[in-house]
Amino acid sequence: MPEPLLEVKDLRVHFPTEDGIVKAVDGVSFAIQPGETLGVVGESGSGKSVSFLTVMGLINRKSAIVEGEVLFQGQDLLNVPKEELQAIRGNKIGMIFQDPMTSLHPFYKVGDQIAETILAHEDISKKEAGARAVDMLKRVGIPRPDERARQYPHEFSGGMRQRAMIAMALSLNPDLLIADEPTTALDVTVQAQILDLIDRLQSEFNTAVALITHDLGVVAEHCDYIQVMYAGRLVEVGTADDIYYRPMMPYTWGLLKSIPLLTAQEDRLHPIRGLPPSLIHVPEGCPFNPRCPYVFDRCHVEVPQLLPVDGFHAAACHLSLDDRKRIVQEEVLQRT
Amino acid sequence: MSTTETLATPPPAKPTVEPLVRLEGVKKHFPITRGIIFQRKVGAVHAVDGVDLEIFPGETLGLVGETGCGKSTLARVVMRLHNLTEGKLWFNGRDVSNVKGRELRDLRRDMQMVFQDPYASLNPRKTVGSIIGAPFRLHGTVPKNRVKGEVQELMELVGLNPEHYNRYPHEFSGGQRQRIGVARSLALRPKLIVCDEPVSALDVSIQAQILNLLEDLQNEFHLTYLFIAHDLSVVKHVSDRVSVMYLGKIVETAERDSLYAQPRHPYTGALMSAVPVPDPKLAKAKRRIILEGDVPSPIDPPSGCRFHPRCPRTQALAKEQGLTDEHGAPLRFVPRCHDEEPFLTDQGPGHTAACHFPLDVRIIPMDIDPEETGAPP
Repeated sequence: MPEPLLEVKDLRVHFPTEDGIVKAVDGVSFAIQPGETLGVVGESGSGKSVSFLTVMGLINRKSAIVEGEVLFQGQDLLNVPKEELQAIRGNKIGMIFQDPMTSLHPFYKVGDQIAETILAHEDISKKEAGARAVDMLKRVGIPRPDERARQYPHEFSGGMRQRAMIAMALSLNPDLLIADEPTTALDVTVQAQILDLIDRLQSEFNTAVALITHDLGVVAEHCDYIQVMYAGRLVEVGTADDIYYRPMMPYTWGLLKSIPLLTAQEDRLHPIRGLPPSLIHVPEGCPFNPRCPYVFDRCHVEVPQLLPVDGFHAAACHLSLDDRKRIVQEEVLQRT
Repeated sequence: MSTTETLATPPPAKPTVEPLVRLEGVKKHFPITRGIIFQRKVGAVHAVDGVDLEIFPGETLGLVGETGCGKSTLARVVMRLHNLTEGKLWFNGRDVSNVKGRELRDLRRDMQMVFQDPYASLNPRKTVGSIIGAPFRLHGTVPKNRVKGEVQELMELVGLNPEHYNRYPHEFSGGQRQRIGVARSLALRPKLIVCDEPVSALDVSIQAQILNLLEDLQNEFHLTYLFIAHDLSVVKHVSDRVSVMYLGKIVETAERDSLYAQPRHPYTGALMSAVPVPDPKLAKAKRRIILEGDVPSPIDPPSGCRFHPRCPRTQALAKEQGLTDEHGAPLRFVPRCHDEEPFLTDQGPGHTAACHFPLDVRIIPMDIDPEETGAPP
């Protein structure tokens, strides 16, 4: 096994509030190898964004309790001085966000904003940085890039803005790109364009990508590995084939069963009953137990650990592996 | 092309049922003005630009399209929240294109709307009881002393705890708020409910709960839905028929199965191929059409077929035929698409599309042989 690019060990991010401690991320460990794509899926409030914001050092340490280790190329990002973190951020790790309108500054020209990122990390002239910005806009497929670089964000459409964000994130050729719901605000046709672009640039720059999304279709099409999060914990990890054809955790089953499919027709959807838990009062034992149709006494007492199923595939569930294999065959994969 | 084939198929049997809603040549233009005192009209946003549509009682008509194609404006026109610029709107056999005042208010009893954003569509200062009870107070259909009972019955119907009558919207989750919105729309027992992206703000597991609820209510009260969404898999699940809209016009309408099995308009095909399929093997088997560029501005829509500047079909045809412009540069479209506007023509029973060169391929691998892909049965 080569040295992982990013290794997160037992990460915990807790926010103390008036009502109690919000356990947004509660003991998460994972690794990303150079050049691979990791998909992170989960519903709102599952901790998927917070864990990567912590990796980027974007969580205010005054208002949150952060524990664990975030090793990026062997360096613990949770304990480096601010200046060093600043040098890594943008330079070695790039990030794009869900809403491209609010993440670009409305008062500055798009080209200048990209050039500013380059200037912050490299000792080159403003003119050179400007030329690099135009070149990046061209590489992300923006027509007439030199003209576009002189325009303001409001003159761009949603898809174009997201392209500009990608240009900015990749302008320093980072080793890791964190994409937090990059296409949620966009139309499907534009989503397909953007995801294709990320795929293409990834192979061109050999960047590792962490793709955070709630859309199981997006991860199926674009990710090598997938991790499913629920209530601040990882509940299942595996290759795309593991998660879609051999899922071993009732929450993953619930997700797969509740989405309407374009490729099959059925009379009724099978939603997961109930609501996601409050992160202040996470249920005792398995956090999914109030919504799980296969719950038994042990689930209320003991937190299931993420145990290997085979190879890289691991799941956190107390049901015996044989029972789960049977349920998957009989109930989950019956759709198509 | 398959024009001869299409002509050979007998015209679909005319449905004997009267449509609940009928639109004929409906246009909604928003004027663009310059100047503060003497406002001159300098142009118009052609949000809805000549739409013919029928919605039959008890059915769900899905309406899909990208942002800015005019689907929400069309919904608001049907609700008479916008006045029509041109055209006619019939509801329940009656011309309601110009009704005003009291008549309009009475009309609204029969049509209600469920909105996209469950956070913005409920007044945060009102209790749930008063939100759901508002239609009763406005229309006076239920005596004051019975409003509470009726509201609690509605809450139970949509799966809310009736004891939460005095709670405020912020105490509910997104999915529960959408249930409140549904309960409010049901209060007056309408015939038509216009759902404008009712589940796009919800998480997948909650989305399925709301979709099932809408389906149950339709069966119980014989409701008719106009269901607007940009998610083609959701539309496929709920709709009986589907219309696809592009830049203010309907480009294709068909029975659900017919549309998904064989989309005829290249735009429908492109939309379908863009939907991510949650199955790695099927995803690889899917035909990929990546549309270039964005939806053009509805202020000055392209000539001929509005889709021609982005259409992969006309691009392929022009390339195949080696078409060039007067300077010898390769053309990116067939001249007919640029010059002549296509009208909706029959493409099979109950299937119409507005295209000069309709598609004849399957986009989604629906009945892929499991043996062939190696996917487990």
